[in-house]
Amino acid sequence: MTETLTEAQPLSFEEALERYEPVMGFEVHVELNTATKMFSSAPNAFGDEPNTNVNEVCLGLPGTLPVVNGKAVESAIRLGLALNCQIAPYCRFARKQYFYPDTPKNWQTSQYDEPIAFDGHLDVELDDGEIFRVEIERAHMEEDAGKLTHAGTSGRIQGAEYSLVDYNRSGVPLIEIVTKPITGAGERAPEIARAYVSAIRDIVKALDISDARMERGNVRCDANVSLMPKGSSRFGTRSETKNVNSMRAVEHAVHYEIRRHAGILAAGGSIVQETRHWQETTRTTSSGRPKSDADDYRYFPEPDLVPVTVTEEWVAALRAELPEPPAERRRRLRQSWGYTDAEFRDVIAAGLLDAIEETVEQGAAPAVARKWWMGEISRLANARDTEPAELGVSPATIVELNGLIEQGRINDKIARQVLEHHVDGEGSPAEIVAARGLEVVSDDGALTAAVEKAMAENPDVVEKVAAGKLKAIGALIGPVMKETRGQADAGKVREIVLQKLGIEG
Amino acid sequence: MSEISRADVEHLAKLAHIAMTDAELEKMTSELGVIVDSVKQVQEAAGADVPATSHPLPLTNVFREDVVGHVFTAEESLANAPDAEDSRFKVPAILDGE
Repeated sequence: MTETLTEAQPLSFEEALERYEPVMGFEVHVELNTATKMFSSAPNAFGDEPNTNVNEVCLGLPGTLPVVNGKAVESAIRLGLALNCQIAPYCRFARKQYFYPDTPKNWQTSQYDEPIAFDGHLDVELDDGEIFRVEIERAHMEEDAGKLTHAGTSGRIQGAEYSLVDYNRSGVPLIEIVTKPITGAGERAPEIARAYVSAIRDIVKALDISDARMERGNVRCDANVSLMPKGSSRFGTRSETKNVNSMRAVEHAVHYEIRRHAGILAAGGSIVQETRHWQETTRTTSSGRPKSDADDYRYFPEPDLVPVTVTEEWVAALRAELPEPPAERRRRLRQSWGYTDAEFRDVIAAGLLDAIEETVEQGAAPAVARKWWMGEISRLANARDTEPAELGVSPATIVELNGLIEQGRINDKIARQVLEHHVDGEGSPAEIVAARGLEVVSDDGALTAAVEKAMAENPDVVEKVAAGKLKAIGALIGPVMKETRGQADAGKVREIVLQKLGIEG
Repeated sequence: MSEISRADVEHLAKLAHIAMTDAELEKMTSELGVIVDSVKQVQEAAGADVPATSHPLPLTNVFREDVVGHVFTAEESLANAPDAEDSRFKVPAILDGE
């Protein structure tokens, strides 16, 4: 018997798409931001000392009993509704049994054949505005597992001598969202993958049920990819790339897996059904463990937890309070603000939609709000290695600062300095302008003196201006600004120069 | 005749990470067979119109308020651990699983 070919040089993406049709499926795990865990009253918090956010339930000690967090159930229903799902009137928890030290009970409490939400869909918007509908199979409630650190030479499990376990994450409420197989994506498959995860993140943020910080693992994506020959409708063998934890990584992982599968299939080989690990540095995946559809977890109904029933009234009440869907909100804001597509995309990418919306609500023009948040505030944040929203600049401050410019009391350049002083904790913009004496020199006497001095020192420039080269005035503004420590109004300087030379502005 | 085969018991033993000798497998196949056959009688008595019961009490929606309760210190968490390091449970490196 000849050995089956399971590895080959990946094809180019273009060639792969000429020959095969990709099929994708996603399992996205969302960690809820409840105060406590799914089945115990231990705190649900990130970043604390190991094993200090646990109690006897999280550690699976004998004789302990779990009790369901009602808020987590409510969050699951709300997410189900936002994903246009049916909500199960009756559902149970189930034990998913496996042996691994990340779960001290030797089972994960999950849901099996009775998910709380099922049969939904999510319309995701691609970069060019096209809408692609992703069908949702189910969203079910479960608990997160503990965190393992593999100690040894490599820090990876291969070659590790032992593992260290922190159960702080054990029992954190999770909702797992499973899509139906996504077909018809074609060459846009990687983009759809990113847009889908991005849309899920936006929704859980809008619902305020998760912190949705991917770098902390609040939203984690397992990406399934398989290929079928063009014209075929029979799914190929899939691989499952686990825990792809950034939107860009999801896009790249799908892109790479399409190429890898195509390379193997084109060479006459066959795909191993297995989990894959995403390697950020090489933008490739590596083989994990074999996975079979018949993985035997011996699910059975959790005897320690009673079933959950959801009445129509409960669903109606939660549905009535759902926030505006993020995609609709974006469409509304884009139209109302009049930004170009590129400008709006940049605002979204910078995560400044909320800040700008609030600034506009407080009275700033949309263009002004965008100028400050995308400009100086982002620059300051970048220089200080933080996020714009973390700088402590409130929308009200922007409105106040802009008011000072509009009143002609400071110019743009001074305003930027004021903002920096504000970030440094010197008070409100008006206080800073007063304390530092930054008000624009509008007093004609002082300004006229500065202009006269500049003209006297630059006779060649004056000659040019007098000869009609009005652009040359720019060369006088510099010295005047210097003289007035930047507080002169450039328009006013121009006016005075022209007046002195008897030229009509 | 029991529906439990020796292969079933071997599979279960593997899933449960329990090493069993040939003699133990034989014995357990026969014992589990008796148990399954006994439970079968309940199935016959219940009939098709009675759904499988997972929870004998007619209770649903026993929920807890989302309020933090008691919590262990790292020392308390690790009190029963056979081995620990850096406030964490120390376990042998295990390769299967995720």
